[in-house]
Amino acid sequence: MRWIADASRLRAVVLLIVGLGLLGPIAAGVLETALAAAGRMPALGALDFSLEPWQRLFNQPGIGRAIELSLLTGIGSTMIATFASLGLAGVIQSPRYHHRIGRWLIPFLATPHAAIAIGLAFVLAPSGWIARMLAAISGAEQPGLWSLAQDPNGVGLIIGLLIKEIPFLLLMMLSALSQIPLERYRAVGLSLGYHPTTLWLKLVIPALWPLVRLPVMVVLAYSISTVDMALILGPTNPPTLAVVLMRLFAEPDLLMRLPASAGALLQGGLALGAFGLVLVLERLLAWFGRHWVRRGQRHGWPILCARPIIAGTSTLAVLGALAMLSMLIWSLAWRWSWPHGLPTAWSLNAWANSTQTLLTTLGNTVLLAVATTALALMLAIAWLEAEDRGGHGRAGWAEWLIYLPLLIPQIAFLQGLSILFLRFGLSAGLLAVIWAQALFVFPYVMITLSDPWRGLDPRLARSAASLGAGPMKQLFRVKLPVLLTPLLTAAAVGVSVSVAQYLPTLFMGAGRVATLTTEAVTLAAAADRRVTGVYASLQAGLPLAAYAIAFLIPALRQRRWQPSLGQTA
Amino acid sequence: MSLELQALDITAPTGEVLINRLSLTIQPGEIVTLMGPSGAGKSTLLNAIAGHLPHGFGLDGDIKLNGHSLLQQRPEARRIGLMFQDAMLFPHLSVGDNLAFGLQPGVKGRQARRAAVERALSQAGLPGLYDRHPDRLSGGQRSRVALMRTLLAEPAGLLLDEPFASLDANRRAEIRAFTLAHIRQRAIPVLLVTHDPEDAAAINGRVEAL
Repeated sequence: MRWIADASRLRAVVLLIVGLGLLGPIAAGVLETALAAAGRMPALGALDFSLEPWQRLFNQPGIGRAIELSLLTGIGSTMIATFASLGLAGVIQSPRYHHRIGRWLIPFLATPHAAIAIGLAFVLAPSGWIARMLAAISGAEQPGLWSLAQDPNGVGLIIGLLIKEIPFLLLMMLSALSQIPLERYRAVGLSLGYHPTTLWLKLVIPALWPLVRLPVMVVLAYSISTVDMALILGPTNPPTLAVVLMRLFAEPDLLMRLPASAGALLQGGLALGAFGLVLVLERLLAWFGRHWVRRGQRHGWPILCARPIIAGTSTLAVLGALAMLSMLIWSLAWRWSWPHGLPTAWSLNAWANSTQTLLTTLGNTVLLAVATTALALMLAIAWLEAEDRGGHGRAGWAEWLIYLPLLIPQIAFLQGLSILFLRFGLSAGLLAVIWAQALFVFPYVMITLSDPWRGLDPRLARSAASLGAGPMKQLFRVKLPVLLTPLLTAAAVGVSVSVAQYLPTLFMGAGRVATLTTEAVTLAAAADRRVTGVYASLQAGLPLAAYAIAFLIPALRQRRWQPSLGQTA
Repeated sequence: MSLELQALDITAPTGEVLINRLSLTIQPGEIVTLMGPSGAGKSTLLNAIAGHLPHGFGLDGDIKLNGHSLLQQRPEARRIGLMFQDAMLFPHLSVGDNLAFGLQPGVKGRQARRAAVERALSQAGLPGLYDRHPDRLSGGQRSRVALMRTLLAEPAGLLLDEPFASLDANRRAEIRAFTLAHIRQRAIPVLLVTHDPEDAAAINGRVEAL
């Protein structure tokens, strides 16, 4: 019975790694943040518990408005993104198109939040592309005074979040739809006389929702607490809460970290409150929905929903594409003055002048991406293999465990964690950053790999076993090769998540580990658009290259197969 | 209210001819059994009538319900009820709400609709089980609920795709009798597809081979 012992040993190892590497540090980080929020931070000589950090936090100018802005932009963008992607999935409906649409989403998924934000700021700025296009029509001579980038109400931030989050949610929904018998549902519903749109609202969305609730919460937690996007696109005076906290953390007076920690805890509280809101809304809608279903109407809100959703999401897609294009053009621009639609002089100077630092940061970024993706991929394979050998599916708590790092606002535990590192004399640096990034890379790799892994025909491994292959041989010679495409996709996802990480790199690298993202965000605040364009383009290009490789390798392998198939046919 | 198939041709995307010049008229109240080996295109035929022919399939000829062609009509407008071998009860709705989903919208008012559903539950032998989860029903009970759900929509024609195939042998006769009894009360044309000769024997009507 060695194989049974084997199975439980693998499971124990996986749980140990996840517990020690993932759960423990998050809990310790939150605890340390909580202690600092209560006035205790021995490293700074603050030993007494007090309410002072909270008082100082709430004495920050504009703090009330900052909290309001965080909630407004976070909850607002998540709600719009959720309804839009539910609607889009409904407009698409037929699974025939799911694969093709998944491919079109990749540029939006792969481009880091910060890069989209930088590009979008180029597009939406008073002297940006949209203003220039309007000027070409209206003949205005001065750049406009209006702006959607860094506007006081956070509209620009909401647009940026939507461009990133709608594709993510749509992808999650299309993948969840493959888990319900959609075609059969449609056949039954239509034969009962339901209009396809009504069918979607009454039948498919309620069945789909439980499968996408967690991804929606991930989007919510991110949107409420985003730092990099809010720094570039969000309001400035006051900014959102997360940006206020970043400023406090960056203060030369280290004691300001106490109120900053209180704020980090508050940020976690806001996320929890927003989760609660989602659950309450869910109950309410379920109740109304049930009574609506009981009334039995076959028609209702038919085309009403489709047109605005298509119009809105197409606009966002165009804005996103313009954003990506604009950073590339800026990086190649030499003279691009108002009101020209394109640069009047082009040059490679911006690229050439920053070669040295560019290579260092690019090297760091690639190193981090490869290391974290490899770590995450190994752990994910071990986890899924342990599930296979254990012979039982994933428990509900395990699903939550995987999502946990994505549900807690990063700032709420990263600060505590960096204090903890200092206390134990662990040096902040590359290794700490690798580990901190892996916390966020692992869940996404896991999410990407789980469905294809479970979709694998179990008879493959069984027939290998009946041919005498042991568990290891089954894994390495049968499962992994068959799963090559999803494994490569998961790796590409891992790379794009790693490249996009801002806060973990900043906090755990103590500002000494420069990546494309940290540089791009810093540059976006001040320096000229050409250099920022260089960093943002590379930042977006790296994940795209990873996706390209993930597509090319299976395609090349398939070409090797085709001749022999042709001969047998 | 008769269902007519007129010189119907159906071709698969590969060009293979699945149905070749099939002509068939089913009178109201009549149950026609269509028999044929699996892969003979029986389900494809039912999908064509209900309006769910997959992309790429070709169709020639005409399908008429009560003298009007169905071909240009959207699936939800055809009033053709469809039942599969698995009951396809929606797992996020209670048994009663599954029935309410089917109950035609002409029955208005909360109490009237609730009463209609309760009546259907009793007919299905499940009185008072409105709030039961579909997963907690036996296979036979699920089949009966699925039939009631289809009939509550008051279809003008009914298609049954191997409706008893997934039931175990000792349940099959009982559910078959239940289904036939309820269908016969309605004066609608019914087409039943099966490969089980016992089904044809029980129906004791016209049998067509495919």
